[in-house]
Amino acid sequence: MIRACLIGFIIMLALPANATERTLYDELGQKQGISQLMEAFILEIAEDERVIHHFENVDIDRFHRMLSEHICDLSGGPCNYSGESMATVHTGMNISRAEFNAIVEHLMTAMDQQQLPVSTQNRLLAILASFHKEVIHQ
Amino acid sequence: MGKLTTLMMPALALTTLFVSHNAMADFGRIIATGGLTTVEGSGGGGLVPWATLSSYAEQGQWGGTVAYNQADVDDYKLTVKAATLSFDNRWEFSVAKQQFDLLSLGGSLKQDIYGVKYRIAGDILYGDTPQLTVGLQHKRNQSFDLPQAVGAQDDTGTDIFVSGAKVWLDGLWHRTWLANLTLRATKANEMGLLGFGGDANNSYELQGELAVGMFINRHWVIGVEYRQKPNNLGFAKEHDWHDVFVGWFPHKRVAVALAYTQLQSIAGADGQDGIYGSLQVTF
Repeated sequence: MIRACLIGFIIMLALPANATERTLYDELGQKQGISQLMEAFILEIAEDERVIHHFENVDIDRFHRMLSEHICDLSGGPCNYSGESMATVHTGMNISRAEFNAIVEHLMTAMDQQQLPVSTQNRLLAILASFHKEVIHQ
Repeated sequence: MGKLTTLMMPALALTTLFVSHNAMADFGRIIATGGLTTVEGSGGGGLVPWATLSSYAEQGQWGGTVAYNQADVDDYKLTVKAATLSFDNRWEFSVAKQQFDLLSLGGSLKQDIYGVKYRIAGDILYGDTPQLTVGLQHKRNQSFDLPQAVGAQDDTGTDIFVSGAKVWLDGLWHRTWLANLTLRATKANEMGLLGFGGDANNSYELQGELAVGMFINRHWVIGVEYRQKPNNLGFAKEHDWHDVFVGWFPHKRVAVALAYTQLQSIAGADGQDGIYGSLQVTF
């Protein structure tokens, strides 16, 4: 019985590797969905006094375009991110851990607004969380 | 209660000070990363202290919690009033007052616990290193007559523990998972409610404690905990504890836990199953 459960568990663990799973890019609604998500995300950031000072001299249209392109690329879409590395982009900004978390929460709110399922949200969050070290205290 | 009040007043005063300077109102960490308040006052789950730090204080911030826990099993009732103060996503200080009512025998056992936890490495959400903490729980039994009568050696004791916790944001079934392992050196009998050390064994024992949880979404988590316990008293065998829990984080200010616990036999009374509830407010 225990062996059967173990085998079942191992098979389940192997399942996500299955090729039939949709790419994150598709789940995010492809280019249009990503563009809308990033717009909602930027609007959330714009209302937050704790972090808005980091965006004072930012060209918002370009920021939106680059962000969307980067997410499209990272999520397996037909894009090639043409911007600088995350470490380079954030150099000199000295973003604190609390500010990073605040930005993550704005993305969560934006994803809720776009009514993305939990599984899609977690896939995107896990990818972006991996940039933590390249973004904070640069 | 008088002692706890005395302890809480400076904490509350300090808290008010920091709230007014808005250093704390930032709640700089992600929801649920502060966890719940355990039966011993330390941040964690219910029975097991986790490597998590209470409140949502990030680097440079303060935070605190107050909590009320209650476990109702067949012959006993445990109530815990606890408070924590955390700083810098680095330190957690806790105080807890336990009362264990012996419903069928009459009377009660009481204990105060002062805890400290320090994060030595890692982050619960980010990077490859698990969040690692070391901690102490200094316990002072306030009702030593009964423990002494059944063979306990000391009315005070200090547990030392190391915890590691890791979160997988996109784990199995694309759900967020948490795993925590705690190793505790302890002489406590039934957490210390039956004193420390005993006629059968009077040295520190290393005990393993495990918790695994799955977040259904950002606000709801389900999980299990297992806690090994030593066997120091000759009069009755002490059993390991486990529970199955549901945690609810509707908001960063409030967390609720409901659990089904199996405390097995306590002090000779068998089959102590029941319900555990916890309410935590964060500031």
